[in-house]
Amino acid sequence: MSIFINDASKVIVQGMTGSEGTKHTRRMLASGTKIVGGVTPGKGGQVVDIDGHQLPVFNTVAEAMSATGANVSVVFVPPKFAKAAVIDAIDATMPLVVVITEGIPVHDSASFYAYSQTKGTTQIIGPNCPGLISPGKSNVGIIPADITKAGPIGLVSKSGTLTYQMMYELRDIGFSTAVGIGGDPVIGTTHIDCLRAFQDDPETTSIVMIGEIGGDAEERAAAFIAEYVTKPVVGYVAGFTAPEGKTMGHAGAIVSGSSGTAQGKKDALEAAGVKVGQTPSETARLLRAILGR
Amino acid sequence: MDLFEYQARDIFEKHGVPVLAAAIATTADEAEKAATTIGGKVVVKAQVKVGGRGKAGGVKLAENPQDAREKAGAILGMDIKGHTVRTVMIAAAAPIEAEYYLSILLDRSNRTFLVMASVSGGMDIEEVAHTAPEKLAKIPVSAVDGISLAKAKEIVAAAAFPADVADQVAQVLLKLWDVFQGEDATLVEVNPLVKTKDGKVIALDGKVTLDENADFRQPDHQSLVDQDAENPLEAAAKEKGLNYVKLDGQVGIIGNGAGLVMSTLDVVAYAGEKHGGVRPANFLDIGGGASAQIMADGLSIILGDADVKSVFVNVFGGITSCDAVASGIVQALELLGPKATKPIVVRLDGNNVVEGRAILAKAAHPLVEQADTMDGAANRAAELAAK
Repeated sequence: MSIFINDASKVIVQGMTGSEGTKHTRRMLASGTKIVGGVTPGKGGQVVDIDGHQLPVFNTVAEAMSATGANVSVVFVPPKFAKAAVIDAIDATMPLVVVITEGIPVHDSASFYAYSQTKGTTQIIGPNCPGLISPGKSNVGIIPADITKAGPIGLVSKSGTLTYQMMYELRDIGFSTAVGIGGDPVIGTTHIDCLRAFQDDPETTSIVMIGEIGGDAEERAAAFIAEYVTKPVVGYVAGFTAPEGKTMGHAGAIVSGSSGTAQGKKDALEAAGVKVGQTPSETARLLRAILGR
Repeated sequence: MDLFEYQARDIFEKHGVPVLAAAIATTADEAEKAATTIGGKVVVKAQVKVGGRGKAGGVKLAENPQDAREKAGAILGMDIKGHTVRTVMIAAAAPIEAEYYLSILLDRSNRTFLVMASVSGGMDIEEVAHTAPEKLAKIPVSAVDGISLAKAKEIVAAAAFPADVADQVAQVLLKLWDVFQGEDATLVEVNPLVKTKDGKVIALDGKVTLDENADFRQPDHQSLVDQDAENPLEAAAKEKGLNYVKLDGQVGIIGNGAGLVMSTLDVVAYAGEKHGGVRPANFLDIGGGASAQIMADGLSIILGDADVKSVFVNVFGGITSCDAVASGIVQALELLGPKATKPIVVRLDGNNVVEGRAILAKAAHPLVEQADTMDGAANRAAELAAK
């Protein structure tokens, strides 16, 4: 098992014919993901050869779904066109849409998130995220496939490279699914959504949760853990030394006033029984101690 | 990007939000001229992007142009919470009968927009929210539906605006929604929104925060950037397309990915506790494709910071391969030549790490040393900075 994706996931790539889309389609195919086609408005009918895979291109997500049976879409469309692409996927009732694109205006992401909620048939992951991987089963997005193998740890993180770092620290144990939920102010899938799914996934036996400064997602996650999660959770929070009022790369990672500080998040997680590491490597050691490995 | 009050005022005016006549001045002469043009009593207001300027003496009523000249002369150059006043706004004075509060903002927690409205404006709204939360109405606004006239009336009723201003406030809300959506703002705040003695509703002070991700469709926003306030290193980095924030420490940091770089700052600060309290000197995220040129640009910015005593390059090769990063470092040092003078600790892991480490080992640059782990590298960089 795994969460959100599995070895039966059929994936289409929105923006496959662009340079980023093509590059990452190649990488996803190489790691065993079942890519069944792409969507680029105006290029429908073409067939693209990527490393010997003949991939049909469609004008809309609805056409792609009816022709291929796709149930996951991954979006590499530039910021300017991202909203239209996600709305197209929602209108087609695509069950899972993973938005990798960085730099989408927050009015656009708030709009497509609200639209997905009114329709109620699409789960969005991202935007501005690395996607998710269930090693050996499916890899949707840009997470390197060769860091680690399948295993019992579930991981959820706002950040891409911190996800990779943590997968690397625990590479000998392996992961059921690692989800990068993205660092933007408005994201479709939260820490809580992932924690719930990991708790409900029989193959996941422990959870690593990585947070960072800004917002109150980690505090909410802590309350959820106290209420719902019985599996062991270890946590890490980045940004203890970040100054107030400065944006640290992620649009969401900004400390304003006294809320959203790393210390506040750490305290909330610890109060919920989560062991919180001071560095990524200490966090990995805490999990090893719990697992006895 | 946060705007100055006068920039917010101009944007309000552009979208039809009622504001008072105003002009900006950077000298006492200009202030006198502006006051003459506006006529009558004026208010001289320091333009700083920080709260509490009134208490600090940055807002003064002037009886006439000569008085405006004197008041502006006193306010210009003033230091308000570390911000130097370089501009004042000269605004018409209005006889105020009541002060209200209105804002539209992004509510991250609920992933929607939110209107906050109160008939107790003027003072610190956080104080109102804290001491008398019932006086602050909070109404979610769907990003799909926005604010219609019906919605505006619902908000006005929820905040219990008096009947004689209800229609005007509803109209202001519609215009503020135009500002919020039309300008890609994440915050539009009017505090106070006033009722004048003649019964008019006017936005007396405004705060606007713009979403820089929307710059591609907001070409006018470029001119709103405050060039003077930008740290010169940050300005240089921005020109090169680098995500850089100057901090107050001694260890220069380069990494890939915002989360990993934030984590690197923390690890360096912890390590610094054992080495005379050295701290990170900056945040610099070189992103996914760390080419030699990007590495050279990044290194040259950091080495141009006189506070930097050592540099820590922390890269986890995900999409980026470590051999490309290592080649980038070697080429960057060739490009920089004698300008590179500080020791550089490099930690590479992930994709093609063996090749990457071999490239650095072969180049054997006297300033560069490698470390196996992030914690070890942070410790070494802190140690070098403390020397």
